[in-house]
Amino acid sequence: MFAFILRRLAVAIPTLLLLIVFSFVLMHLAPGGPFTGERALPPAVLANLERQYGLNDPLWLQIWNYLYNIVVHFDFGPSFVYPDRTVNQLIAAGFPVTLTYGALSFLAAVIFGVSLGVVAAIWHNSWVDYLAVGISIGAQVLPNFVMAPLLVLVFTLWYRLLPGGGWSFNDPSFWIMPVIALATSYMASIARITRSSMLEVLGSNHIRTARAKGMPEHRVIIRHALKPAMLPVISYLGPVFVSMITGSVVIDIYFSTGGIGKAFVDSALNRDYAVMMGVTILIGTLTILFNLLVDVLYAWIDPKIRY
Amino acid sequence: MTKLFATTALIAALAMPAYAVQPAEGETLAENQTYTYWLLDAIKSLDPAKNTDVEGSDALRSLFEGLMIEDAQGNMIPGVAESYEVSDDQLTYIFKLRDANWSNGQPVTADDFVFAWQRVVTPATASEYAWYIELMNVQNATAIIAGEMEPDQLGVRAVDEKTLEVTLTKPTPYFISTLSHTTAYPVPRAVVEEHGDAWIQPANLVGNGAYTLASHNLGVEIVFQKNPEYWDADNVVMETVRGVTVNDNNVALTRYQAGELDRVQIPAGQYPRLSEQFPDQAVSVPYGCSYAYVFNLSEKGPEVLKDQRVREAMSLSLNRDVIVDQVLQGGQRPAYSWTHWAINGFAAPEGGMAEMSQEQRTERARELLAEAGYGPDNPVRVQLQYNTDDSHRLLAIAAQQFWRPLGIEIELNNVEWAVHTDRLQNQDFQVARYAWCADYNEASTFLDWFRTDGYNSGKWSNEEYDRLLAEAATAEDTTPLYQRAEEILAEEVPAVFVYHYAKVDMINPAIKGLPRENLRNTWYAKDIYRTAE
Amino acid sequence: MVIDQQKMQSLSDRLVQDEVKGRSPWADARKRFWRNKAAMFGLTILVLVALFALVGGRFAVWSNEELDFSVMGQVAQMGQPSLENGHYFGTDNLGRDLYARVVQGTQISLMVGIVGAAIAVIVGALYGATAGYVGGRTDQLMMRTVDILMSIPYMFVLILLLVMFGRSMSMLFLGIGLISWLDMSRIVRGQTLSLKNREFIEAARATGVSSFRIILRHIVPNLLGVVAVYATLLVPLMILTESFISFLGLGVQEPLTSWGALISEGAGTMNYGTLWQLAFPLFFFVITLFGFFFVGDGLRDALDPKER
Repeated sequence: MFAFILRRLAVAIPTLLLLIVFSFVLMHLAPGGPFTGERALPPAVLANLERQYGLNDPLWLQIWNYLYNIVVHFDFGPSFVYPDRTVNQLIAAGFPVTLTYGALSFLAAVIFGVSLGVVAAIWHNSWVDYLAVGISIGAQVLPNFVMAPLLVLVFTLWYRLLPGGGWSFNDPSFWIMPVIALATSYMASIARITRSSMLEVLGSNHIRTARAKGMPEHRVIIRHALKPAMLPVISYLGPVFVSMITGSVVIDIYFSTGGIGKAFVDSALNRDYAVMMGVTILIGTLTILFNLLVDVLYAWIDPKIRY
Repeated sequence: MTKLFATTALIAALAMPAYAVQPAEGETLAENQTYTYWLLDAIKSLDPAKNTDVEGSDALRSLFEGLMIEDAQGNMIPGVAESYEVSDDQLTYIFKLRDANWSNGQPVTADDFVFAWQRVVTPATASEYAWYIELMNVQNATAIIAGEMEPDQLGVRAVDEKTLEVTLTKPTPYFISTLSHTTAYPVPRAVVEEHGDAWIQPANLVGNGAYTLASHNLGVEIVFQKNPEYWDADNVVMETVRGVTVNDNNVALTRYQAGELDRVQIPAGQYPRLSEQFPDQAVSVPYGCSYAYVFNLSEKGPEVLKDQRVREAMSLSLNRDVIVDQVLQGGQRPAYSWTHWAINGFAAPEGGMAEMSQEQRTERARELLAEAGYGPDNPVRVQLQYNTDDSHRLLAIAAQQFWRPLGIEIELNNVEWAVHTDRLQNQDFQVARYAWCADYNEASTFLDWFRTDGYNSGKWSNEEYDRLLAEAATAEDTTPLYQRAEEILAEEVPAVFVYHYAKVDMINPAIKGLPRENLRNTWYAKDIYRTAE
Repeated sequence: MVIDQQKMQSLSDRLVQDEVKGRSPWADARKRFWRNKAAMFGLTILVLVALFALVGGRFAVWSNEELDFSVMGQVAQMGQPSLENGHYFGTDNLGRDLYARVVQGTQISLMVGIVGAAIAVIVGALYGATAGYVGGRTDQLMMRTVDILMSIPYMFVLILLLVMFGRSMSMLFLGIGLISWLDMSRIVRGQTLSLKNREFIEAARATGVSSFRIILRHIVPNLLGVVAVYATLLVPLMILTESFISFLGLGVQEPLTSWGALISEGAGTMNYGTLWQLAFPLFFFVITLFGFFFVGDGLRDALDPKER
């Protein structure tokens, strides 16, 4: 197990390197630069800017300097578009926000999704089941860029219950709408997966045996059915995490939370090279770590799996 | 994002009384003096040397103050400068500074201006707006930017603590009006030298404006508090100013209606409905920008567009009334000249397209196209490039439909902003959407664009035009010169002028003091106050 | 919104077992599929939507790009759905016929979904089959590569590609398709591994058939079950991805449109009294995704029946 983790981490480094070089080259080949604007800059001014930011070095040297600064100084460079801040500062400001509403959404999606799925499976083919399936299918396909403005309309304008956007770590009322908008569709997918895998487990031989022994139903479910039924849910969590980060773009745009999702899209569109690279590396690292975590969790729950 | 800089207006008096909007008779001030305005995006920089956009300038006008500021009509009035003198050869300006303090209690000195301006042109500062000091024609600016001279050679000098001397390379009539721009603001030398690049962090920032920075959560909210050290603090009513970022205009409007914002832009097409529903809140005022479709007439441009008849037909058949009245619907005006209609002293030339009916124009366009050998059977095929934005998209689609019946087939090419500007600057386009905003309130700010050595992305060139503008720089009566220049543009059609902008906003009726006659919509938070309901 | 890999694995195991027993799973599966009400319902929806996309245009009074000047500028009052003026679904903000635009958007979205899924499935199946069949070092290397590629945040790469090469249909197809072939390749590889030592493959190899032909002729056809199910479930994911790209403003060029573009336009104006601009495209979007889910699940259950 330990060796497995080590091996996976060892693969992570070349993976990240590949990602960095690929994005770096792609980004610099794209037309336009961070300083193109409505007015063309005079050549002397542009030359000063490029010299100052090292943009006139050959590409390989730029990549090398970039990597060197990260490894030696943990410095991801300056932002071209937000000259008051470094990439480290921008990420330090935006990432905790994304992480907060992301983690809350993740928890909400898992807790409500699993509950809904289990309930639906237990009362299979009853109205509870139909309601749960109905909700989950509906919620699964409603794009969050429809959901988000709808929430603002309902909770901010019509009922005046919640602030329409912004962010504060001290005031949970800012967290509610982002979490609902981000969690809903994943909650629905998790509910569907839980329901069908629960149904499968409940029909299996060892549950029948437990029931035949006269074990009370709630104990059967909690002690014997829940754990094996969670396996497919867990294998689903890795991809959920990744697409939640992608979905955070929409959350950042509609709720102006200041997270890193929008920072990435903006930096790609504005050619803010360093910010784009910084966010890509962050998300790449998180993706790798999270997939690893999911695999470890999986092995822990399912003793049949050996690494 | 439109980049702007200071406005020009001729200054008559040397010393004028300080200007501050005061509550009118019968108005009671609200207890809560807070103003919350809308920001489309995060503020890029609060460093006067590095700011490049409108939203940054709005914030900087609260935090800093230049030698001159603007009144509600956009006229220049004294800021930090109390008075100034000009030498007979118009090359030397001497400013007398008033007793003003930085927010840390230290006096604002002439040396802070010297330091700030030198900092802008120093290559190591990497200021995108270094060219602004060149535009001001401050001596040696160009050479310093090019790295051929030391920054301390810049033509600006502190005679004593409160006297600033500026030397120009040539007489510059608009010089005074450049002084209210953020690039020409002072910065506190002591603070910048102590903290280096980190001086701009909220904890370190020191300014001389009417407000100080209370907090700045990038992309979420920026908060300003009244600065007790400001020299005119007694006349400042508004206590707290908040800029709130909402990245989606429609959501911003929803939040305005929920009372979270005091001012927000109205999305395209919604003005008629809102002005009917909320006549005291929906406001449309002229805004000094013009919108155009520019033709690429350089060597890289398509052959068909070099036929003047084709260009003229495209201009004639673009139904601007429909665009203005049925697409934008916000009090914009159809453009038949490049110069914005509300520019000081500008009168559009008589006759021409403006006085024809749309039927006549379309008829004439058909004739021109037929002469040039085109028509529905043999259509002109060109590509129209625009950057990602809802209203650019709507206009481009409408234009496509206006041109199609005449035999002009447009392929729409939507690219993102960085690509759009890159292609414009490299003449990699056929027809492209463009907008220009007035730097100052005089026609040359528009007309200079089409000079052979102007920005002129389409590379159109006309000798008479260049000569007229050169003449206008020193002429007594510029009107006939500018009119003739506009006539040349109308004859040769280097671009289709589409519409003149209006600024269309929802403004909380309790908020007073926002300027409505300033063509560039420059506003100062110190002039605003909130009345009780 | 991701495909349940566990179930796919179970399906693939099951299909290989059937091969051992030497009978085709298809006949039984067909029967089970036709009996599955949800799947039949889904299939009906999909057929109707496909018909709408193919022949819906014939009933349109307006084209998808004409401006109706009588409506333009007063869309909220004049542009609502109406049989009289031919705007069955109302008009968009410019006065263009929404019915024609939804028909055309449906074509694009279905096309993106199907082509994207097809690219993903073809690349994934060929890659996985090759790795599994060749085995040894090559297999190791190929699967390590998949592991590495799995940890790349694809949506971000796709945005980069669209920024870099500009927006175009082919870029969209390619980008969206390349996002999701990795899982496919793993499942196919596993299945190929268990297939390749079967007698019929051995026999083919003994008679000197080339590896490439064996993969194409004998391995791939045996993978069809998995591939079919996977493809059906991938299409809605591709459609969702495309809608997200359109939301970011990187989708297809005007005057063409897609569900994502229409929905995101409609969602912006939902409070301005023009709700039909959101309702119609969203309706087609939602029922189509339902349809694909039902059919995909039904196919899978038919090929991999579990005691319930």
